[in-house]
Amino acid sequence: MVEFFTTTNLGIFLLIVLQSLAVVVPLLVALAFLLWGDRKIWAAVQLRKGPNVVGAFGLMQSFADFLKYVLKEIVVPAGADRFVFFLAPMLSLTLAMTAWAVIPFNDGWVVADLNVAILFVFAVSSLEVYGVIMGGWASNSKYPFLGSLRSAAQMISYEVSIGLIIIGVVISTGSLNFGDIVMAQDGAGLFSWYWLPHFPMVFLFLISSLAETNRPPFDLPEAESELVAGYQVEYSSTPFLLFMVGEYVAIVLMCTLISLLFFGGWLSPIKALPDGIFWLLIKIVFFFFVFSMVKAITPRYRYDQLMRIGWKVFLPLSLAWVVLVAFFAQYGLFWGAYARWTVGG
Amino acid sequence: MSVADFAFYILAITTVASGFCTVVSKNPVHSVLWLIASFLGAAGLFVLLGAEFLAMLLIIVYVGAVAVLFLFVVMMLDVDFAELKAGMAQSVPLALLIGVILLLQLGSVIGVWQFSDGAEAARAAITPAIEETHNTMALGQVLYTDYILLFQLAGLILLVAMIGAIVLTLRHRTNVKRQNVVAQMHRDPAQALEMLDVKPGQGL
Repeated sequence: MVEFFTTTNLGIFLLIVLQSLAVVVPLLVALAFLLWGDRKIWAAVQLRKGPNVVGAFGLMQSFADFLKYVLKEIVVPAGADRFVFFLAPMLSLTLAMTAWAVIPFNDGWVVADLNVAILFVFAVSSLEVYGVIMGGWASNSKYPFLGSLRSAAQMISYEVSIGLIIIGVVISTGSLNFGDIVMAQDGAGLFSWYWLPHFPMVFLFLISSLAETNRPPFDLPEAESELVAGYQVEYSSTPFLLFMVGEYVAIVLMCTLISLLFFGGWLSPIKALPDGIFWLLIKIVFFFFVFSMVKAITPRYRYDQLMRIGWKVFLPLSLAWVVLVAFFAQYGLFWGAYARWTVGG
Repeated sequence: MSVADFAFYILAITTVASGFCTVVSKNPVHSVLWLIASFLGAAGLFVLLGAEFLAMLLIIVYVGAVAVLFLFVVMMLDVDFAELKAGMAQSVPLALLIGVILLLQLGSVIGVWQFSDGAEAARAAITPAIEETHNTMALGQVLYTDYILLFQLAGLILLVAMIGAIVLTLRHRTNVKRQNVVAQMHRDPAQALEMLDVKPGQGL
């Protein structure tokens, strides 16, 4: 039986399909409840009750919404580029899901253990902008187009600083593999994780990932006070659902990235307790909570402020940090906290 | 046919077909989208060759950044499709000529790399053994030790090009009201706001 899955072509194919399902299905189910949690937190901050009708505490709200989206009529605007119009939401969700192929949930629990895993995630997240641009353009309408142009500029700007922050972590680890990056943070529990040596970059990464995923306060591409709903204006029914799920999957991915890069992934914060997937899930949910709180308590940025922060503050800071980390790592300063090379050296 | 062969044919056909569609597509935005598909196919071929670092770099740099800006520009341009198509027939011979010359140049480069006397030794001298290191690290070692000067010079040329582009397009128009961020941040609420107690029905 084991041989069938490790040697024959059909067996390997089936194994990969099963592994992918084992990631995608729990992710989508968890997402339904994360969406509910997002709305509950948002409501609580504004002293509302939030969804509380469908199921106990409104827990089934997301499933009711899902049915509503799927059963509604799909409206295609006149003059829309039909092929690109429908390709955009599918691309958005597919790309957001693809990145999960290289995310490890525990030591060795990963669908594809790539050497360049972190570059893969970075590449896929830089492709996510296409869903937005194509959707906005194909709608053949002014507001969606303006929204998609904004998002193109915004996502590219913040990708630069995210990339540079990742380079800092990669220099410290000496590897592009997520397993190596997490294991390099193993040691004295909480205080040997990368958040301590890479302290300022944790905040930069958090803010950049808010901008990268078009979350408030940086949701300029869909700013409802200026652009109605930006690139999503013309979308209804299932295509809209795909866009929204894609967006939330990307947000959870960013939460996972923060946990893996700076907060030790599946490692336990106290040395005496066992490591495991449990810790990673707690960290992901915590950062999702942070994302929700930011959405609830911050006002939206002006577009020129967003661009100024991206290019004039984040880019120089993260670039300087790369140089500094390279210097610390080369000369082994700070008791080798910056030079934990797991391979070569 | 093994899985790798199958993947190769799928990717190769995608790359070539998308490249063809890039040229013949009537809508310029569709052309750019086909170009992106072609890039992705090429990245897949890189992965099959075992050059996963180059594949990721191709996607990040060309698909994730360059093609986005390209798409950005093409979408904003008001292109007259009929005019574009009319001019196409005239420039086909010239385009074919350029294509053939490029193909010959590429062929001669690969030929020299494959068949010249010194090539084998030159390749062996800088390539670390495959069992000692994976190719991302090998690439880094070659770039940052043997070719550090050329690598840094290439970076410097790009920097100069970037500064040049900014200098050429930067202009300060005097009749435009600009944001002064420092002044905005140092505004004092006590001086910017005035609290008034407005009586009902009277107004200010």
